[in-house]
Amino acid sequence: MERTHYKQDINITPELSSRIEELCSHYPADKRKSALLPVLHEVQDAHDNWLSIELQDKVAEIIGIKPVEVYEVVSFYTMYNQRPIGKFMFEFCQTSPCCLNGVENLMDYTCSKLGVKVGEPTADGMFEVRGVECLGACGYAPMMQLGDFYLEHLNEEKIDQLIVDCRDNKITLHDK
Amino acid sequence: MSQKILLDKINVPGIKTYEVYRREGGYASVEKALKMTPDEVVEEVKTSGLRGRGGAGFPAGMKWSFIDKKSGKPRHLVCNADESEPGTFKDRFLMEYIPHLLIEGMITSSYALGANLSYIYIRGEYMWVYKILERAIAEAKNAGWLGKNIQGSGYDLDLYVHCGAGAYICGEETALIESLEGKRGNPRIKPPFPAVSGLWANPTVVNNVETIAAVPWIVNNSGAEYAKIGIGRSTGTKLISASGHIKNPGVYEIELGLSVYEFMNSDEYLGGMSSDRPLKAFVPGGSSVPVLPANLIYKTANGEDRLMTYESLSDGGFATGSMLGSGGFIVYNDTSCIVRNTWNFSRFYHHESCGQCSPCREGTGWLEKVLHRIETGTGREEDIDLLWDIQSKIEGNTICPLGDAAAWPVAAAIRHFREEFEYHVRFPEKIKNRDHFVTEPFEQVKHLVSKELI
Repeated sequence: MERTHYKQDINITPELSSRIEELCSHYPADKRKSALLPVLHEVQDAHDNWLSIELQDKVAEIIGIKPVEVYEVVSFYTMYNQRPIGKFMFEFCQTSPCCLNGVENLMDYTCSKLGVKVGEPTADGMFEVRGVECLGACGYAPMMQLGDFYLEHLNEEKIDQLIVDCRDNKITLHDK
Repeated sequence: MSQKILLDKINVPGIKTYEVYRREGGYASVEKALKMTPDEVVEEVKTSGLRGRGGAGFPAGMKWSFIDKKSGKPRHLVCNADESEPGTFKDRFLMEYIPHLLIEGMITSSYALGANLSYIYIRGEYMWVYKILERAIAEAKNAGWLGKNIQGSGYDLDLYVHCGAGAYICGEETALIESLEGKRGNPRIKPPFPAVSGLWANPTVVNNVETIAAVPWIVNNSGAEYAKIGIGRSTGTKLISASGHIKNPGVYEIELGLSVYEFMNSDEYLGGMSSDRPLKAFVPGGSSVPVLPANLIYKTANGEDRLMTYESLSDGGFATGSMLGSGGFIVYNDTSCIVRNTWNFSRFYHHESCGQCSPCREGTGWLEKVLHRIETGTGREEDIDLLWDIQSKIEGNTICPLGDAAAWPVAAAIRHFREEFEYHVRFPEKIKNRDHFVTEPFEQVKHLVSKELI
């Protein structure tokens, strides 16, 4: 596994450690590996929404499995980020029902408003636009995910306001 | 007004909380079931004729009866809440607005199966719903419906929510189990089926959210009463999630047997087409099921009324029918580009293929690539037959049904809308520089292609 040049401070706080142990307790004592996906979500949330190789190694150590068992999971599932990403990741659903309601035009609009291409963070690292597959909100299209939440029936005015709210730090990303 | 059994309490203020849910009669099925034997509960579900609401439609009671009780190993119930099929968003609605219904169903069903450790596997994207369920489980536990010696019955059950992390394939039951074990979501070869060797090689039943949520009503009112709702082997009610070019998109609970015409056009349901444009096509059961053209939507090939049932929607096989599937009802008006839509679905399946089987891993990529070039005006005449050939080599040749799910939409689109593919190939200048999903009305497309042939 190639080490990236991105640096990440690893900080497993007592609160995080306690949450990890709680998640592991949901499975039989000899099946701690089962907690891997939920644990990775918690660890990622606590580390600027991405997982460096070093952090993945740390998770392997905590759970008591081989590092490769973490790598193969992180690289398989789309919700784990292997590089630093924009603080506010606008994940637009780009599957058919959202497309029928104009999500492609809305993504173009958002990119041009932010001055970026899909998949590239803004220079200040604050925003990133990504196209993702079906988010299961087809009746409320077009929509996107931001952190833990869904934003539905989007239009250009809502996007404009959202960008302002993000810049003003009025947006909560995680439901704690 | 049709009967509601899942969403009948959805408008009660505060129904999300334990207190209100209990006051409205919640958890009565657990009380009743605990006084019955587990086999009696299974028998009620068998009698109800309830079929798995995740898409496959396999009878739930029969699936339960397959669970291996002789091995002496712990048994598990796993709820499949990994809803990720394009067009489908009903389970999220149920879990978000009435979470205790699912928890009640999990307890009653776990008791019937003799499971003492059960899980709800929810897709990672539904993170706020995950938190809602966690809170509801804590409430249920505090009230004595979970944990040791439930309501003094001697029955113990631990129930947890487990979140995925963005992989459609984990909706396939064996991939879901792999994922629950902390691995990549690669489907397993069957047999052995999960009822014999599932989670941690223990006997396991995997049921969809909607299926499990129907169990409390069945136990409270009897399987025979449930079987009276619906038509024939399509018993009970079904949640339909509707989207696309319709006036009232959203989640609806219908009695199986409702006509497609009434569902599409009555104000109680979809209210007809939005923007008053004519209907071109619909997908009745999520992206994986075949698309049907307008002339086969309200009537079957035999001229009978098309009904919202497993049988009627599949009438005539894929030549003239489709599937009820997961109930993801997507409607397209006459300006919707079927080629672009098919490409969109193929991109989805290519992205979501786990890569384990070559026909699926390679084939879905081919489909996406060939469809992309047809859609963007660089297709060749022979590409349409090539697409047909590729999809036919994927179908039936993979470990899990994702390969079939990728192949069917392509086959149906070519079968019913071949002229539109030909139009893309022969008139590339007409499709370049147009709005993404918009094409000329289908009748005009057909006219242009037939004129070209002359």
